[in-house]
Amino acid sequence: MLDFLKKSDFFKPFFRREGSGATARERLRLVLLSDHLSLAPDVVDALKAELFAVLSKYVDIDPQHAEVTFEMREREVAMLASVPILAVRNDRPSAPRPPAPPATRVRRRKRKGAVQTKLVPTSMGNSAQA
Amino acid sequence: MRAFETTPVESTTEGQAAAATLGRAIVITSGKGGVGKTTTTANVGTALAALGKRVVLVDADVGLRNLDIVLGLENRVRYHLLDVIEGNVGLDDALVRDKRSENLYLLAAAQAREKEDVDTAEMMNLMEQLRERFEYVLIDCPAGIETGFRNAIAGAQHAIIVCTPEVSAVRDADRVVGLLPNGWSPELIVNRLRPALVKKGKMLSVEDVNAILRLPLLGVIPDEPGVIVSTNKGEPIALDENSAIGAAFRAIAGRIVGEDRGEVSTTTPEPGFFTKLGALFGGRA
Repeated sequence: MLDFLKKSDFFKPFFRREGSGATARERLRLVLLSDHLSLAPDVVDALKAELFAVLSKYVDIDPQHAEVTFEMREREVAMLASVPILAVRNDRPSAPRPPAPPATRVRRRKRKGAVQTKLVPTSMGNSAQA
Repeated sequence: MRAFETTPVESTTEGQAAAATLGRAIVITSGKGGVGKTTTTANVGTALAALGKRVVLVDADVGLRNLDIVLGLENRVRYHLLDVIEGNVGLDDALVRDKRSENLYLLAAAQAREKEDVDTAEMMNLMEQLRERFEYVLIDCPAGIETGFRNAIAGAQHAIIVCTPEVSAVRDADRVVGLLPNGWSPELIVNRLRPALVKKGKMLSVEDVNAILRLPLLGVIPDEPGVIVSTNKGEPIALDENSAIGAAFRAIAGRIVGEDRGEVSTTTPEPGFFTKLGALFGGRA
């Protein structure tokens, strides 16, 4: 329905941001993202897939409605993930042991961009079924 | 206030004025070619001179000289930047005075030479000599980020980034900003904006461009055919009272000298109106 409205000429004024300008904006965002992170687009896709795979070990997620975006902050890029949780998994693997602290202090490399992961619980009612 | 503000050089007799206060050397750069660096340099310089400032325009695009054409001074150029650097002639011999303003001078680029022929240290030395004599030294940077770019920014203290509302231009501008020396605060001119297209969602807006670049906005230049006519004739459009582009360049010059011009409008007047009106009555087109 929404797609129909967007395509219809009659409603065009209400969706004026959907012109080729929006395409340019999105292409610009992605190209600068890879410029700044030195990440190729297929690397970003792989990152998303692995991120979802890790989350799936602990909770049932809805990858179809997940959003992973990168945004510019001053001269840095931040990753924001919004992933709907359908259910908490009861069959999750036993928590892995935290890695042993390093014997000597390792100097941390300056991080290029902050990584934040936001988990959004949606229909928690489903969790009873799991 | 603005980074470009400068205390006026005492314009007493030539020579005595030297060394009192150094002028400001501002490089006009973009990364991408064809976005309007040369036109911007010519017009901002013309508008600054019209405000009574002593201005020299330096064409740093060695091998691809163009600034003389835009200013209509191509027949007056006898010597060039490399002649001065290499000591073939004195600075006075190479400076070409503008036809229209006695405050405005041009130092042309060498046409038959290469960018690698310019020594960075000597370029810096030349820019300092010019700053002793002029309040504003505007350097027209070549496209690219190699030798020509490095030499053009070497003697400058400030940068104006020219960018058009296109993906490729914004990407290149972003790259160039990252290559400028630490501590610089470059300012942005968005060139060739077509507000009617932005309104329809068919062009990146000034806000879209600056969401990426995040620079102080110095001006927005609308896209109008009048600038082609002015370039054809070699008459900077900044002097055209009826042109919206001319008005935008005059506003930029005003901001550079520290006039309070308020916020830059990111939706300039509908393109074509003044030009069409002018063409109708003056037959300029």
